[in-house]
Amino acid sequence: MDASELKSWYIDVFKDFEKYLNGEKLSPVHSLRRRAIEKFSELNFPDLHQEEWRFTDVSPILRHTFSPARPGELRGLIKDKLSHFLFGGMQSHLVVFVNGFYDHRLSSILDLPRGAFVGSLSKAFEEGRESVLQNVSMCADTGENSFTALNTSFVQDGAFVSLPAGVVLEHPVHLLFISTGSDNLIVQPRNLVITGEDSQLRFIEHYVSIGAGVYFTNAVTEINAGMNSVIDAVKVQSENEAAYHVATTAVTLSSGASFDCHNIALGASIYRHNLNVMLKGEGSNTNLEGLYLTKSQQLSDTHTMIDHSSPRCTSQEHFKGILDDKSRGVFNGKILVRKGAQQTNSYQENRNIILSDEAKVDTKPQLEIFADDVKCSHGATVGQLSKESVFYLTSRGIGEEQAKLMLIYAFANDVLKNVKESEVRSELEGILSARILKGD
Amino acid sequence: MLEIKNLHASIEGKEILKGVDLEVNAGEVHAIMGPNGSGKSTLANVLAGKPEYQVTAGEVMYGGKDLLAMRPEIRAREGVFLAFQYPVELPGVNNTTFLRTALNEARKYNGQPEVSAGAFLSLLKKKMRLVEMPDTLLSRSVNEGFSGGEKKRNEILQMAVLEPKLAILDETDSGLDIDALRIVANGVNKLKTKDNAIIVVTHYQRLLNYIVPDFVHVLYDGRIVKSGGKELALQLEERGYDWVKQEEVTE
Repeated sequence: MDASELKSWYIDVFKDFEKYLNGEKLSPVHSLRRRAIEKFSELNFPDLHQEEWRFTDVSPILRHTFSPARPGELRGLIKDKLSHFLFGGMQSHLVVFVNGFYDHRLSSILDLPRGAFVGSLSKAFEEGRESVLQNVSMCADTGENSFTALNTSFVQDGAFVSLPAGVVLEHPVHLLFISTGSDNLIVQPRNLVITGEDSQLRFIEHYVSIGAGVYFTNAVTEINAGMNSVIDAVKVQSENEAAYHVATTAVTLSSGASFDCHNIALGASIYRHNLNVMLKGEGSNTNLEGLYLTKSQQLSDTHTMIDHSSPRCTSQEHFKGILDDKSRGVFNGKILVRKGAQQTNSYQENRNIILSDEAKVDTKPQLEIFADDVKCSHGATVGQLSKESVFYLTSRGIGEEQAKLMLIYAFANDVLKNVKESEVRSELEGILSARILKGD
Repeated sequence: MLEIKNLHASIEGKEILKGVDLEVNAGEVHAIMGPNGSGKSTLANVLAGKPEYQVTAGEVMYGGKDLLAMRPEIRAREGVFLAFQYPVELPGVNNTTFLRTALNEARKYNGQPEVSAGAFLSLLKKKMRLVEMPDTLLSRSVNEGFSGGEKKRNEILQMAVLEPKLAILDETDSGLDIDALRIVANGVNKLKTKDNAIIVVTHYQRLLNYIVPDFVHVLYDGRIVKSGGKELALQLEERGYDWVKQEEVTE
């Protein structure tokens, strides 16, 4: 099956899906889906000829005819394994999704301040919450991305988090996406986060699997941050190594808002993350960090796009990769400073360590600046562990293996140390050590 | 303690050491002097086991064992210490953790119990006074953002913690102002005992005003061409290395 046949296949799947929807077809959400499938039918799946995809060959994903996941299966099995994914009993608002569908029996949401919502998008749709319909697809569907259009075509469930003005949520929200790892499923969570003026939110978007089959997570997360609100987000992508994960995170910041995020990529055979932040309001700020660890034949691709469209905004990017075996890393960091965005301050950094002869990294900064009073800088490195550093440590009595471990750990910890939740941080540190010790 | 016989070493196929002979006993301080490019740093690095250097001939016995057969970490655990001319910066590697790991690796190797974090900290504070080092440098990453003087002091601090039997100071005076030089030299002098030995590698005589050697050797073109007492260093200072070079030619 080629890419165009696959496109028709998904369009046929959509027709089946519509039948199964029954009465919901008249709802406003469904007109959104209809517009999206029309858009999808106009677009083509990306290939290596497209600039935005020239380092990432998605054709292995397109060889599969994935079927949409359905709600509710294998719950008993998951319940036993749930504790593995809870970051050592961290206190949080736990929202669990199985194959992209909210599971209220596995979830446990703490008491919430008045007006706050943490839970399922589908429930929010049912309740007819205006903020949901106004916001869903506001940030994400502006581009020409067929994966995003595909997600919107099938939008049903995912996380919805909404904080009213002035609310500071004490505990983080843990959005746990468990894939059963059953063969040939496409899992398409759609997440929406809205923060009111002066509110504060910490959340963790966490993808795991309990089976080893080939499946496809095609996720979209939209974040709309109100004036002076503060968001700290962590994304942990820990899918099984046969899985595919394509995700778009689209963030819009109002004036004075701040969005920090920490992206940790460990799993999946092909991972592509489009992380788009629009600094829409004056004086907004974003700080994006990431660490990708790849081995065997994994491919991890981070595409960031920071759109400075207002004056006096700042953005910092700090992404690091550690690549082993025949794996590949891609980092593409686009920074757009629009004409009116004076006094922009933007910094981007991508550093990579290659542990084998066959691993490879493509890193590309892309700066487009149309304002004249801006500070923009970027830097990228790809290299091996410094022999001088290893010798320095061994000359002090530290064994060579341990010396390498210390150096890799120090390199990665530069990103991990900024993860705010200590339970999440220590779990990630554990995974990192185990990976490095086993890997070499 | 250390016996070097006819040591030849090269890097990237170029021979640097062309037959070095040297004997160092416990309780002695030896200075190795010589013009730039004579092989001083090569000798120091070969003794510490830097993998880039190939030993092509000769032998080095250390405490009755074949030093050249040991990996760098084993040499360190056996008590060999090199204070680097250019200490590397290790971003993200905490200075205290690094020092404790190094000490405990040596202790494990020598069948001694490991030192706990608490006990180590009090030991470290004591050692830090030797080199007049501020506490703030401990919480920082190894050498990261340290000034030239702080880096050299950190080397001597490591020496103080690890208590080597054989310490090799490679151009420890380079880049130091007179105050820093005095602090570093005082630290080294306090660490000197009758059971350990120190090899001071230096281009200039000035460090030897503070660390007074028992023997001075002149390394020239990969060989030790002249040995003597501490007065040899003064002669060199006065007459320059050309004097030795000429003697070499006329001999």
